[in-house]
Amino acid sequence: MTDHNKRVDEATGTNLVGHEWDGIEELDTPLPRWWVYIFAATVVFAAGYVVAYPSFPDVAGGTGWSSRGQLDEALKEQTAARAKVTTAIAATPNDQLVANPQLMRSAIEGGRAAFKVNCVQCHGSGAAGSKGYPNLNDDDWLWGGDITSIHTTLVHGIRSPGVDETRFSQMPAFADILSKGQISALVNHVRAISGQGKASAAGAQLFAENCASCHGTDGKGMREQGAPNLTDGIWLYGGDRASLTQTIAKARYGVMPHWAGRLDDATVKMLAAYVHSLGGGEANPAPVTASASTGEANVGS
Amino acid sequence: MSALDLINPTSGLYRKREPVFPRVVKGRFRQLKWAVMILCLAVYYITPWIRWDRGAYAPDQAVLVDLANRRFFMFDIEIWPQEFYYVAGLLIMAGIGLFLVTSAVGRAWCGYACPQTVWTDLFQHVERWIDGDRNAQLKLNNAPWTAAKLGRRLTKWSIWLVIATATCRAWIFYFADAPTLASQFVAGDAAFVAYATVGVLTATTFIFGGFMREQVCIYMCPWPRIQTAMLDEKSLIVTYRDWRGEPRTQGVKKAAAAREKVGDCIDCNACVSVCPTGVDIRQGPQLGCINCALCIDACDEVMGKLNRPRGLIDYLNLDDEKHERAGGAARPILKTLLRPRTLIYFGIWCAIGLAMLFTLGERARLTIDSAQDRNPVVVTMSDGQVRNGWTIKMRNMEGRPRQVELTMAGLPQGRMWTDAMDRKGAARSVRLNLAADATTRLHLYVAAPAGPAGETPFALIARPLDATPGTNDGREAARDIKFIRQ
Repeated sequence: MTDHNKRVDEATGTNLVGHEWDGIEELDTPLPRWWVYIFAATVVFAAGYVVAYPSFPDVAGGTGWSSRGQLDEALKEQTAARAKVTTAIAATPNDQLVANPQLMRSAIEGGRAAFKVNCVQCHGSGAAGSKGYPNLNDDDWLWGGDITSIHTTLVHGIRSPGVDETRFSQMPAFADILSKGQISALVNHVRAISGQGKASAAGAQLFAENCASCHGTDGKGMREQGAPNLTDGIWLYGGDRASLTQTIAKARYGVMPHWAGRLDDATVKMLAAYVHSLGGGEANPAPVTASASTGEANVGS
Repeated sequence: MSALDLINPTSGLYRKREPVFPRVVKGRFRQLKWAVMILCLAVYYITPWIRWDRGAYAPDQAVLVDLANRRFFMFDIEIWPQEFYYVAGLLIMAGIGLFLVTSAVGRAWCGYACPQTVWTDLFQHVERWIDGDRNAQLKLNNAPWTAAKLGRRLTKWSIWLVIATATCRAWIFYFADAPTLASQFVAGDAAFVAYATVGVLTATTFIFGGFMREQVCIYMCPWPRIQTAMLDEKSLIVTYRDWRGEPRTQGVKKAAAAREKVGDCIDCNACVSVCPTGVDIRQGPQLGCINCALCIDACDEVMGKLNRPRGLIDYLNLDDEKHERAGGAARPILKTLLRPRTLIYFGIWCAIGLAMLFTLGERARLTIDSAQDRNPVVVTMSDGQVRNGWTIKMRNMEGRPRQVELTMAGLPQGRMWTDAMDRKGAARSVRLNLAADATTRLHLYVAAPAGPAGETPFALIARPLDATPGTNDGREAARDIKFIRQ
């Protein structure tokens, strides 16, 4: 500091710092003592804080606190807080769950989270599915769309290997049974009953002989056997000629894993509630007869 | 001496607080200060206890910041979080109001209405009641720590603590039902945040009002700096008429005998001894002066005793000060108050207030919001129709349940249903029961025959079915949305 900096401001009698901006000069006003004390206190606090809390990589603080530990605590608290609801969901029969709006809402939200972890790999994050993986938003169900049926599907899976109660059906590969011309006629017939082409007597004959036992004489499917409705606008593997030919000639064998034992009861139930809530859920008990599904399909058309 | 003092006792790097022991004073501004203080404290303490009937579905507290339920109640006005801009408007009004007050009457906020001033004033009255006036306080302050002094100090601090606690108890009552919280608080059942708030605010009130006092104004508060920039030559500030007072003379008779020039100031230091921030107003306008005008009262009293005209220290603006110094006659105060700057501020202030009142009266109390399902956007149904879905939020901001009819305008072949219904019940309109003062959230589906890919705009219109004729509560809420085909 030079002597220049020791000038005194006339009006206040305070020393000038020596900084000047366009004629405005900075006074060297002393700090209030309490401010200095607080500053010293913060330094002391910082020293204590460095010792008490983790401040260096791989060095635990004196209090043993860690953000990971705090997260664990928070998770434990959340799990404990949720236990009451999840226990109630697990203990409630499916049909009663739908009748309990509050519990159902919790179940749907829990299912939404579980779906994101366990189901999106096949069904997609919006449950819209893709070829071979059903869209769960629509009102077409292979094995039933009431919450009990959905729950059963989730628990035992579909064609899940090694599970006795799994939902099982197998369509034969007709390439070994029928000629190419016959398969082509069948494709024509299936397209005809779903409104995509002209019907033929030969196709109808072949259908009655080979397909009606599972898909029904009218082709509207049979949920007991997981046989899809062939007359509606929804196709799991595609309704175009090539896809249908492939399906009839080589058959399809989609597999869904069973979730019993992998997820706890409450989570499976919550998943059922979530899938049921996506817009195609049907009332309980299940209207599984062909006529009931006919009535549904005509709604709003 | 403390340790820090020992490090460098004369460096001038820091300064010890000079204790201020303001003397009691009587006069018109002291009375005004009393009135403002009583008014402020009364409004502050009583407001949360005022009841206001809003029916069965809303709290009956007149002024309530219901953080837990995200509602702000003020008499007949209820604000939802998304209407928070009204609070922003109030803050702007408060800001403009401070511009107005500052440009007209200087630091009147600091001198009369600032909580720091009000509570410091209150604490100082307690201090006088326990310790006596200025001289007794000075004496006690310099006295050694005896049992008697300790007793007095403890008494004083206890009363301060009681006031501080009461102050902060009143604060939390603005955020919950006051009678309920009061009994919960005493019983120990109140939320932890209530006790924490009271604890922290009690500590700050106790320290700021009892010990920090003018240090808060001089070192901590940004407002004096801002005000310095907002004052102009027409703003009223407490001014010492130095051309009349100087040269200040203690031995007036002696000086007069010696034919010396004698000013009106007799250098009795009354103005300094009553000052709550310990400044000498005769040094001119300064940061430490909060414009409380107690020195005016003190000086007027002395001038009265000496049979000299009052107003040696007075509210005066810089323009008039120059004018009077040059020998001009005193100008009426009203003339400096009513000038373009203050009138413009007042105009803006009123305009914002009126605009807010108008929009408050006109705002919708029934609104509808929608978010279209994006994953998947389009779902093909088994009958070949396509379906879109929306998450609908309907806000019923009135304190009663309402029944509304949600209708589709446009998309003639579309039919809609909600997640509480079956598609069998799909129709052009659905009836909904909306809970009182709540957001009703639902999922809405619309199905329409498949067609070429594209967007078909249509509108959802929510029409109240329970409107009282002659009021505007039958106002519809509408939302333009698009039906998408792929």
